[in-house]
Amino acid sequence: MRPIRWMRRNLVVIAGVLTLVYLILPNLVVLLFSFNKPKGRFNYTWNTFSTDAWQHPCGVADMCGSLTLSLKIAVYATIGATVLGTLTAFALARYRFRGRAATNMLIFLPMAMPEVVMGASLGTLFLNMRIQFGFWTILIAHIMFCLSFVVTAVKARVMSMDPRLEQAAQDLYASPLQTFLRITLPLAAPGIAAGALLSFALSFDDYIITSFNAGSTVTFPMFVWGSAQRGTPVQVNVIGTAMFAIAVLLVLGGQLIGGRRKAKA
Amino acid sequence: MTTPSTSPEAAGDAVRLTGISKTYGSFTAVHPLDLAVPAGSFFALLGASGCGKTTTLRMIAGLEDPSSGSVRLGGRDVTALPPYKRPVNTVFQNYALFPHLDIYENVAFGLRRRGIKSVKQQVGDMLDLVQLGPLARRRPHQLSGGQQQRVAVARALINKPQVLLLDEPLGALDLKLRRQMQLELKRIQTEVGITFVHVTHDQEEAMTMADTVAVMNAGRVEQMGAPADLYENPGSTFVANFLGTSNLIAAEVTGVHGDELHLVSAGQKLTLPAARCRADVATGDKVLAGVRPEKITLAHRDDEDAIPAGRNRVQGRIVDSSFIGVSTQYVIDSPVCPDLEVFVPNVERDGRLVPGAPVVLHWNPEHTFGLDAAQDIEAGIDTDDEPDAGGAAA
Repeated sequence: MRPIRWMRRNLVVIAGVLTLVYLILPNLVVLLFSFNKPKGRFNYTWNTFSTDAWQHPCGVADMCGSLTLSLKIAVYATIGATVLGTLTAFALARYRFRGRAATNMLIFLPMAMPEVVMGASLGTLFLNMRIQFGFWTILIAHIMFCLSFVVTAVKARVMSMDPRLEQAAQDLYASPLQTFLRITLPLAAPGIAAGALLSFALSFDDYIITSFNAGSTVTFPMFVWGSAQRGTPVQVNVIGTAMFAIAVLLVLGGQLIGGRRKAKA
Repeated sequence: MTTPSTSPEAAGDAVRLTGISKTYGSFTAVHPLDLAVPAGSFFALLGASGCGKTTTLRMIAGLEDPSSGSVRLGGRDVTALPPYKRPVNTVFQNYALFPHLDIYENVAFGLRRRGIKSVKQQVGDMLDLVQLGPLARRRPHQLSGGQQQRVAVARALINKPQVLLLDEPLGALDLKLRRQMQLELKRIQTEVGITFVHVTHDQEEAMTMADTVAVMNAGRVEQMGAPADLYENPGSTFVANFLGTSNLIAAEVTGVHGDELHLVSAGQKLTLPAARCRADVATGDKVLAGVRPEKITLAHRDDEDAIPAGRNRVQGRIVDSSFIGVSTQYVIDSPVCPDLEVFVPNVERDGRLVPGAPVVLHWNPEHTFGLDAAQDIEAGIDTDDEPDAGGAAA
């Protein structure tokens, strides 16, 4: 009877642990195989332990170039989408204007539309406008599909903000600019940060839309896809694991700072 | 409502509203109104929700643009100034404390925005005044409602505004805390000597705290004056019913004798001092005779002979009685009015005064007030906290 009672009492914990395992197991496999020294061209079966790939992460031709490009595009797209998206979100949440309802609906389209359709149509547009495919077309495409995520995240935050806080700031001698910088922006920050993080992640790993608009330019996901046809280098696992570790560290760091601030207060 | 003054420096008026109004589309929230708040006073705008009192307050703060009229603060016309340039501060209804700043920074906010560098001494003093010194580094959400309320007061008062505006500041607190904060706010006001303009729907709160109360109804000021004056001499049925409870008896004037009006209602003769009658009446006119429930003495009909001569008398029968500790509240069915209320202090309780008992109500005629009969006799009742006793249809 005892194990049953124990299970019943810890059901939530058990479910949580199982979910975590389900989520993390693939990452652990990636981590494990980043230390593999594969026999043939395919890194699918365990051979011998080796740290070669970790010592020479850029040992594969063109890989680090595509990685740098992807990071660069992700950073620019994040900045572009976050700035535009935040402004749009404020406009939609705070003001009544002609076309507001239409904007509100259209902003959701990129999220709902199949990526293939969006990528193909955007590619057609660029082609017809005789725009050279490459870095800029990719960036424009990424800003476009990141925008709706930023707008959604920031708008939800702005809508839940008490407008009286800004009135209180104005009542306490803050000019409109000071009110925005001291009250509005800090309060909207969590929404903006969430939108920015989403943008970065979406842009960094986008394959479908990018492949329609890249021309001869190769981003990191395109490189991985391309090399998978001929056999994946172990370095791909190294980069994957490193990205995962950085993301986890960032989240943990954020929680730690937040926790300390709360404890101090 | 107020004596108009010719000089713009209007003898120490902290706030002077002239012909101020606010309309939203076709809806008029505030009808053109004139209001003068004497400097250093505790002024209350009292009214039910939706009567325009908060809009009026927000127009003083600059958070709402008036549709017409002007706002003067200490003689200076500020109508065109944005809120951050007006020497007033507001305590908001739900305090509107900045959640991302601690208490200290919340209180220091106004000083910092005006470019004052050394705020430590002032913030410390202000937190001491509201007894929150040890909590300076807490965040607003870590404080109780009463503490948050005090932060909101401190945050506004530290700027030494010409006028402090309070928008239902105690609405979110429970009854006991509200009583405590009423006294505390009154203490702070006396201590700092700043003019307070307080918006509330709670008539008891307004009467406890304010020197002057303006009763608002449907975008207009119905009556303004000291709490006792408003209570004893209501000028309209709305004020009579909204401020405490009133028994209003529909009567007819039978004659004017010197400074007394003689009335009759359902065959019962009443006397009303002519000076206390708000309506201009002559013999044969209708009038509403009012009397507060606590002014009435209740006697069993067997003791009627013992009632001194010269008092207003009404016959009736007890319908309901409720014991509330300090007093007993009776509802009396009488020919003049089906639900007269009488509050009898519990000094010596008469065991015969139970529902069904025949009684005689009597009171000093001086305590009767007269109102224009052309008004809605029930104005202000539904908005009151008192549950309406069903039989008011008469």
